[in-house]
Amino acid sequence: MFYRENGQFKTSYRTDQQIFPIAQDRWAIAALLLVAIFVVPALASDYMFRAILIPFVIMSLAALGVNILVGYCGQISLGSGAFMAVGAYGAFNFFVRFEGMPLIPALLLGGLCATFFGVLFGLPSLRVKGLYLAVATLAAQFFSDWMFLRIKWFTNNSDSGSVSVNNLQVFGLPIDSAQSKYWFCLGLLIVLALLAKNLVRSAMGREWMAIRDMDVAASVIGIRPMYAKLTAFAVSSFIVGVAGGLWAFVYLGAWEPAAFSVELSFRLLFMVIIGGLGSIMGSFFGAAFIVVLPIFLNQFLPALAGLFGMEISTAAVSHAEFMIFGALIVWFLIVEPHGLAKLWSIGKQKLRLWPFPH
Amino acid sequence: MAFFLETLFGGLMAGMLYSLVALGFVLIFKASGVFNFAQGAMVLFAALAMARFSEWIPQWLGIESLLLANLIAFALAGLCMFAVAWLVERLVLRHLVNQEGATLLMATLGITYFLEGVGQTLFGNSIYQINIGMPKDPVFILDSVFQGGILINKEDLYAALIAAVLVIALSIFFQKTGTGRALRAVADDHQAAQSIGIPLNRIWVIVWCVAGVVALVAGMIWGSKLGVQFSLATVALRALPVIILGGLTSVPGAIIGGLIIGVGEKLSEVYLGPLIGGGIEIWFAYVLALVFLLFRPQGLFGEKIIDRV
Repeated sequence: MFYRENGQFKTSYRTDQQIFPIAQDRWAIAALLLVAIFVVPALASDYMFRAILIPFVIMSLAALGVNILVGYCGQISLGSGAFMAVGAYGAFNFFVRFEGMPLIPALLLGGLCATFFGVLFGLPSLRVKGLYLAVATLAAQFFSDWMFLRIKWFTNNSDSGSVSVNNLQVFGLPIDSAQSKYWFCLGLLIVLALLAKNLVRSAMGREWMAIRDMDVAASVIGIRPMYAKLTAFAVSSFIVGVAGGLWAFVYLGAWEPAAFSVELSFRLLFMVIIGGLGSIMGSFFGAAFIVVLPIFLNQFLPALAGLFGMEISTAAVSHAEFMIFGALIVWFLIVEPHGLAKLWSIGKQKLRLWPFPH
Repeated sequence: MAFFLETLFGGLMAGMLYSLVALGFVLIFKASGVFNFAQGAMVLFAALAMARFSEWIPQWLGIESLLLANLIAFALAGLCMFAVAWLVERLVLRHLVNQEGATLLMATLGITYFLEGVGQTLFGNSIYQINIGMPKDPVFILDSVFQGGILINKEDLYAALIAAVLVIALSIFFQKTGTGRALRAVADDHQAAQSIGIPLNRIWVIVWCVAGVVALVAGMIWGSKLGVQFSLATVALRALPVIILGGLTSVPGAIIGGLIIGVGEKLSEVYLGPLIGGGIEIWFAYVLALVFLLFRPQGLFGEKIIDRV
């Protein structure tokens, strides 16, 4: 009833090509952003920030980056954790080694390190594809695990690669309270998400999608596969690298190479696939799902057991978490293999006709 | 020289175990096009079942004989793997027919989590031993050729023997039985196989059962060597370079690739490791496979990939 586009005439190319062509969408997004920026920090508790909101924002950013590579360019990558690690340690080195290096340039330079690393390990994609490529990108993962554990230079000669940063500031404002961390991450997320959205609507994004859908056909019509694939690796690993920097600097504070293990790569790929391949919106849904699910299970299972008068040990809870997490993922893939973004777009289609579908 | 040969031999032994895990991958990928990440979890699950049953059987039935207890435990663990195979086909694969490779990959990752959780809930999560009565004493061979000879674990020789028996049994099963022929037909061409009346669903169950048995043997050998614990699940990640080296669709490729990766890992760790800081074996295998892929994208024995628009 309210979600109609009749009466909204597009009289110029500009209005036709904007990101949200329907006025109601624009209002909804604006409202959502206002809520995220002003209302949420006022309501959320410290625990909410630390356990859910900040991880969600950072993981959304990382999932966005992975989605560009996997969803838009069709190159399955299991090395996202490594790109995050390179972003984090790259930013760390710039931050520590250069006196007075501001936080944002350090993070962006860390992202550039990840770009370089991503392009390097993206080179095999020119020769191999599909599942072979997925395995090949694991090389990046194990190489980075080893590199940050063994090569002391990268970790400023610390033992076992564990490093920490403190005294974070942006434009003279300290980033120490949970709220300021949230705002900082959210700001970067909004900027980078807008950039990514525009990038995938541009000529470059269309090239990626052409490569994804049929690479041989794409090269026949004059798209350079090498250029398209490597730019996808570069852009994706830049965003993932910045997310890695944020994860390390803002969320963890002190970290070691194990924080960016292969498990993280799997989780990122889960986010992208559950959220929806080839959808910016989907990255947010997927990140929310994967971040919230373990916390929910962790809280919910003991409560449920208590309801039946059972005591379950923490080990049993963690095993049950594994089981339910795995089962839910399989169930989800079965009922909606195109991800949450697909549900979202179906919902929007239905809403257009609601309440008179005929 | 003797040291080199010892390293080589150790590499071959490790490689054989990788081959066994890789074999499970290849069997499933050929028959159903599923890249089964859960193979490692299946190894863990099977090894846990085997370890616990061989501990429980003497208590339940009062059997004294180690061999008999182990045989019953093996059979029970095998039954567990059959149940897993049946459930996976029934509850997961059947509903995901015709989905993309990435979706199936994720589904098997989900199965991995599930199996790890179930395995540890049912069978406990400490470190267990599997004692299948393999002699552990080392022997020296080739005394006459080298001074001091080469030190070899007898256990390794028995393990190699078991693996060889498994591979021979599998090849007989695939070449000589009707079911094996049906499996090969499905691996060759799904649609053609279906059109002449081979039931795909049943074939998938069978091939997951076979992969389960392979996982059980791998888990048994590995468990008796190093003990059964959670880290066994990560063996899948060690076996992945093997299959991209050998080719995703080739059984001989899995075996030979496993041996190459095993030897490459050990030699690189011993001779290259000290130069650049040690602990390189895990990524070295991947880089080895990667470099290889640049020259031969389909792996050593994989089918040539032909693209058509």
